[in-house]
Amino acid sequence: MRLQYSPNVRIVEMTCSGNIDHRVILNAFEEGADGVFVAGCMEGDCHFLKGNIRAKKRVHAVKKLLDEIGIGGERLEMYNLSSAQGSRFAEIADEMTARIRELGPNPLTGVGAACCGCSKEGGAK
Amino acid sequence: MIIAQQKPIKDIAAMVSDCRKVALIGCAGCVTVCLSGGEKETEILASAMRMMRRLEGKPLETVTFTATRQCDPEYVDALEGLVKDVDAVISLACGVGVQYLAERFDKWVVPALNTNFIGGSRVHGVWEEKCGLCGDCILHKTGGICPIIRCSKSILNGPCGGSQYGKCEISKDVDCAWQLIYDRMKKLGRLDKLMEIQPAKDWSTSRDGGPRRAVREDVMIG
Repeated sequence: MRLQYSPNVRIVEMTCSGNIDHRVILNAFEEGADGVFVAGCMEGDCHFLKGNIRAKKRVHAVKKLLDEIGIGGERLEMYNLSSAQGSRFAEIADEMTARIRELGPNPLTGVGAACCGCSKEGGAK
Repeated sequence: MIIAQQKPIKDIAAMVSDCRKVALIGCAGCVTVCLSGGEKETEILASAMRMMRRLEGKPLETVTFTATRQCDPEYVDALEGLVKDVDAVISLACGVGVQYLAERFDKWVVPALNTNFIGGSRVHGVWEEKCGLCGDCILHKTGGICPIIRCSKSILNGPCGGSQYGKCEISKDVDCAWQLIYDRMKKLGRLDKLMEIQPAKDWSTSRDGGPRRAVREDVMIG
């Protein structure tokens, strides 16, 4: 199946959408991504039972945070599709690309360096 | 554990609006367990604040660290090198941690959390208040259910007239603590214990006696 989809989509593979962390999404935006979509399995089909449901809740929380800080929650979306739905993936990639094109580039672009010099120290584990 | 919840990010940002570099200090104690001020929450807040400030055209530099406990001087001392060149410290601990940091460092220390209550988790993501910190526990008299904090009136010889169908008059979602106590004592076959009239409580062990202090000389070092 040689499907065409927007070349601007960069895939970050995760073991399960339930493994998605708020920080992974925020990091993408901070590093300049214009939009992020999380592709989880179909609801009810999670190998780990609730991974995609958890991802959905986290995506919802990050959308809210993005709204609060001025990036805009509409730049983030959760989709559910199975690994056998290649054409649906291509469709979503195009759909999301169109949405982001309409919204314009990440508002952080052009307002300072890609990273402001955050430094993380090893903390208590 | 102490249950705390994060303040709105705009409120936190406003507290450090004139700072260029801040340290966000999480706590690996209670606030990590109640998911409000642990390592993850500290990094999320730092990232969100950096983005917010970049959009405002006033980039913010952040340093993040999660202390083992902010309510213990030995772990607070270890933060010295980390906070020395920052304009402000944002503490993601309970009110105790914020005060320990403020006491130890000559820095502008601000709270990122609102400290709510002492409680536990019912299910993941739901926490409920269980202890009123009265300083004179009477749970042995009430079947393990605290009337001080779980009864809206903190009465000792309940229930009151506001108890209806097992619920408190303040809300249909709040159980009447005295109904719970009665049911529990009945189940345990100890209803006779409830016949004992409880005298007025001595509140001097609670907040009415001013700030409290606990001392254990046998464990003091030096």
